[in-house]
Amino acid sequence: MKLYCLSGHPTLPCNVLKFKSTTIMLDCGLDTTSVLNFLPLPLVHSPRLSKLPGWVSKDGTINLEKELKECAGRVFVDSQPEFCLPERELLDLSTIDVILISNYHCMMALPYITEHTGFTGTVYATEPTLQIGRLLMEELVNFMERVPKAQSATCWKNKEIQRMLPGPLKDAVEVWTWKRCYSMQEVNSALSKVQLVGYSQKVELFGAVQISPLSSGYSLGSSNWIIQSHHEKVSYVSGSSLLTTHPQPMDQSSLKNSDVLILTGLTQMPTANPDGMLGEFCSNLAMTIRAGGNVLVPCYSSGVIYDLLECLYQFIESANLGTTPFYFISPVANSSLEFSQIFAEWLCHNKQTKVYLPEPPFPHAELIQTNKLKHYPSIHGDFSSEFRQPCVVFTGHPSLRFGDVVHFMELWGKSSLNTIIFTEPDFSYLDALAPYQPLAMKCVYCPIDTRLNFHQVSKLLKEVQPLHVVCPEQYTQPPLSQSHRSDLMLELQPPPMPYRRCSVLNLPFRRRYERVYILPELANSLVPSEIKPGTSVATVSAVLHSKDNKHTLQPPPAPPTKKRKRVIEEPPVVLAPKPLLSGAVPLEAFLATLQKHGISEVKVEETADGHILHLQAEDTLIQLEEDGTHIVCDNNEPLRSPERCKLEGN
Amino acid sequence: GCFLLLWYNSQLCESNECSFIFNTYLFPLQGAGQDVGRSCILVSIGGKNIMLDCGMHMGYNDDRRFPDFSYITQNGRLTEFLDCVIISHFHLDHCGALPYMSEMVGYDGPIYMTHPTKAICPILLEDFRKITVDKKGETNFFTSQMIKDCMKKVIPLNLHQTVQVDDELEIKAYYAGHVLGAAMVHIKVGSESVVYTGDYNMTPDRHLGAAWIDKCRPDILISESTYATTIRDSKRCRERDFLKKVHESIERGGKVLIPVFALGRAQELCILLETFWERMNLKAPIYFSTGLTEKANHYYKLFITWTNQKIRKTFVQRNMFEFKHIKAFDRSYADNPGPMVVFATPGMLHAGQSLQIFKKWAGNEKNMVIMPGYCVQGTIGHKILNGQRKLEMEGRATVRKLSFTFTLTFFLLCNLDVKLQVEYMSFSAHADAKGIMQLIRMAEPRNMLLVHGEAVKMEFLKGKIEQEFSINCYMPANGETTTVTTNPSVPVDISLNLLKREMALGGPLPDPKKPRTMHGTLIMKENSLKLVSSEQALKELGLNEHQLRFTCRVQLQDPHSDPDTLHRIYTHLKSVLKGYTIQHLPDGTVMVESIVIKVSSSAEDPNTKVLLLSWSYQVTFLRC
Repeated sequence: MKLYCLSGHPTLPCNVLKFKSTTIMLDCGLDTTSVLNFLPLPLVHSPRLSKLPGWVSKDGTINLEKELKECAGRVFVDSQPEFCLPERELLDLSTIDVILISNYHCMMALPYITEHTGFTGTVYATEPTLQIGRLLMEELVNFMERVPKAQSATCWKNKEIQRMLPGPLKDAVEVWTWKRCYSMQEVNSALSKVQLVGYSQKVELFGAVQISPLSSGYSLGSSNWIIQSHHEKVSYVSGSSLLTTHPQPMDQSSLKNSDVLILTGLTQMPTANPDGMLGEFCSNLAMTIRAGGNVLVPCYSSGVIYDLLECLYQFIESANLGTTPFYFISPVANSSLEFSQIFAEWLCHNKQTKVYLPEPPFPHAELIQTNKLKHYPSIHGDFSSEFRQPCVVFTGHPSLRFGDVVHFMELWGKSSLNTIIFTEPDFSYLDALAPYQPLAMKCVYCPIDTRLNFHQVSKLLKEVQPLHVVCPEQYTQPPLSQSHRSDLMLELQPPPMPYRRCSVLNLPFRRRYERVYILPELANSLVPSEIKPGTSVATVSAVLHSKDNKHTLQPPPAPPTKKRKRVIEEPPVVLAPKPLLSGAVPLEAFLATLQKHGISEVKVEETADGHILHLQAEDTLIQLEEDGTHIVCDNNEPLRSPERCKLEGN
Repeated sequence: GCFLLLWYNSQLCESNECSFIFNTYLFPLQGAGQDVGRSCILVSIGGKNIMLDCGMHMGYNDDRRFPDFSYITQNGRLTEFLDCVIISHFHLDHCGALPYMSEMVGYDGPIYMTHPTKAICPILLEDFRKITVDKKGETNFFTSQMIKDCMKKVIPLNLHQTVQVDDELEIKAYYAGHVLGAAMVHIKVGSESVVYTGDYNMTPDRHLGAAWIDKCRPDILISESTYATTIRDSKRCRERDFLKKVHESIERGGKVLIPVFALGRAQELCILLETFWERMNLKAPIYFSTGLTEKANHYYKLFITWTNQKIRKTFVQRNMFEFKHIKAFDRSYADNPGPMVVFATPGMLHAGQSLQIFKKWAGNEKNMVIMPGYCVQGTIGHKILNGQRKLEMEGRATVRKLSFTFTLTFFLLCNLDVKLQVEYMSFSAHADAKGIMQLIRMAEPRNMLLVHGEAVKMEFLKGKIEQEFSINCYMPANGETTTVTTNPSVPVDISLNLLKREMALGGPLPDPKKPRTMHGTLIMKENSLKLVSSEQALKELGLNEHQLRFTCRVQLQDPHSDPDTLHRIYTHLKSVLKGYTIQHLPDGTVMVESIVIKVSSSAEDPNTKVLLLSWSYQVTFLRC
């Protein structure tokens, strides 16, 4: 059993597990941090961005004026942003049988894998994961296609040139594999390969392996996966949460008794408490609005935003913000808000109870109804005429490189009355802000990452007791910036097996048994004998049938009834099961049995290892030893049989 | 293993809609012989007892309305006799006795149902309770608190989720169509399994999808058979027919009354009319009579994932359950001039608003009433469907529930001439004969059990099933027990070494002409069954192998020298035993597979050769 690691990003994993003749891809994360190296894509012409100076190396030898622009001491690529894809050379991706998706953030690389590698398998995901994943992809495509950029910068990727560039461009890895965004057509084609599954549904793969998604508590429809056969169990934990937010709670007990547990998607903010962050978010928001400023919240269109809106729903009245408009701007804003209301099965108990009333599970329905929250597909159209300030705007993309957020950065960045509040933990806020410097607007960093922290995960592992743990190497040492914090790493016995991009791990377990089914006819013919109290054995002779990785044992075929030519001379056709012989033959009992069969003239001779019996009338010698019996006789089938019977009796 | 099935009720006259929805009245049935189903099935499988549905009988007002739980136990609670209860959908003939069973007879174990069922079922139960206790003054009935307590025992089921009830018993729900949240359920213990369909529908309609199940090959498939003999024309034709009739009536200025129940068919027909109105640009108003419709529609909006594909796909742009043309009805509208369409509850015209409107409109031949579902005998609906044009109204049953003014109207209409057009359209969502056969093809059961239908019709279908699928088909009568014997395979853990060795020897493809026999030892210890090679078994059990060898002396006359004789035997065997390994070894022996042959001369007579054949006990004898 092997694990191929195609992504080095611990929260956007992409691993391939080879297990019992199946090849299973675990998640398909797209590392979007690469876009931080690019210039933002403005929705309307930005004089500031277009006036940024081109980059020329200090000695003037390298001139990449067209491709690279300089802003506040950092260099950015002026091109359509590109993403860092999962590794494609480590193994032949066309051999992948299935892809298991754990949550909608971990499927963004799907079109690259399913459309361009010869992939012919199936993708498994829950319904919310598929629907919201589709929305996020649609949004991404929309952000890119709305502002097409003809230029595609490639010169800077030249190894010789890249070496000379200032950081962080200089240190960017695998730049040649970076790709532009996919098209909607590719998204649709990729998602048509998704097969929906429900929590705890058991899906058979080729009869060899059973997979099953478990609730992971992180987002709508998010799941961990169990991959098991009758005797081996691999758990794949990715993006789980033990906090009570909107999704169904995490199913922990089903992870028990794993041989291997692959652990990814821990919190990216191990020192930030989500509840505290939420409080800070609210107070900063209220402060800015009261001072007459606007609040910009760069966020994904699904996930934490539901919790933020719920929090605000309770907060608005008490903070006297009842008249402040809240805007949610995204091409998929409406869909995301609508979809969140229809997945009762995937929600926490409290929200389920509301649906039974029947009431919408999320209070943002009421915010919309009372006109407190308005959503728009983009800043163009209705929004531009209805927009009032001061206001709160939720919009993407959290990288600040594309989407409507770019416009608000340009619009509000110059005033210190305004505040930008970062809530998504995926991007460093300083890097995200770099191309907008110098900025006057206030920046507040309240990353809300509800995924497991190190304390929770070590408690979880203690409870579920996996034999081995595999995790990204980042989890086996404290973060670089806090190297003294040994509590911010995984300490386990035996130590976890770390992986990095391009690692191939041999997972340490040996398979010993396989499930086989004995047909009832055969089972009925078996003769068990008890050899120890509580332990019985039976000899089985059967024909093995293997089909679709399912094995059955059938009774051996009856011997053909054909006339034997030489009846006496040839040994008889015997196909009956041979019982296993063990132990020694007790002499006295054996003699008694012989006597019972009418054999009384026996001469017993003692030898070094046992006895030799001479059956004089039959002219037969029987050599009895501790671990063997040898019968020498004339061709006399009737005699052999009772003796065999006797021996079998022992 | 075997199954025990107790079935409490078989005779059912198509109860296609729940009879007690929201503010409708209980209709007291007149005369005997009528039987509206009450589903309650007990399955015993692999030592587990499961109750499938816990329905109420609409036809009785006494103890007979609930299943007879004394079948299970004469005294005391049911908890220790049942491992779980599963409810297939919210119709009261499938869940109406649940609070009685759990709170009054006593059951504290798990009750499983889907989320929509869990949401809607308590509302219907409460409504039913109100009618029975508050309106009819019955005592000895379950209370509101009992309904609440009962619902606390409910564990919601998701589609396709495998729920482990205990270590051995697992259940899995499949989509059944029929009504919002209806499910079929697969029950498995070890390698034995049962599928119970509840009520289902194999053709998608305007608002629900078609039932689906995978090839789970259950030992028994328990299917409803409401429409056992019917093969209905295509849904599209019926819809076209329905629209045509409504349209014609509107065109000539008539009023159309459609008696429905608030949840189910109502939504389907509303969608149908809404889209038709949109397309034809019609102006005549459509009304929906009950104030609770909005609530009912809300359930559909929140459980949109349970509706059909089309509605689910477009719900963001346009929610099919937000109707533009359909407005709330007020009693005064019935007297408005001009054409209109009114959906009114209840569906059998036995009481309430639908009956009220019917009486107003019955005298005008331009008007029309369309009955979209089945009507119980004795109801006005049933009478007019049977062509009765003069109705004698009996007030006894309903009089005390009505206001003074209404009672007055009531007696004025004591003799009612029915002049309006009466149409019947079956929109009820049960599988027809074709659908039942289709489901059998999907699931591939080993045995079939028909319930929830009329005996004669079931008999016909039974014949068809046995003929087409060559499987046993049972149709137990009310209270009858059916036992089906299964023949499960025995799961065993085989050592991978043994399996791999065997598979390697067997070659990549099995040879049907020369099946290989494999040998192994089955070790039975506590609850584990392990199949290992004999050598490994000895090792594991700490035993020494006992070698048993036979040596046989065969005398024959041959003048050649010993080595020559041996060689002659060798060449002879070589020519006779094709396909066996025969070796002539330098130590003066011939080996046929593992049988050793030696030759020695007799001491007395050199021409008499003694052949020593020696083989081990484990040798499989050659076939010659």
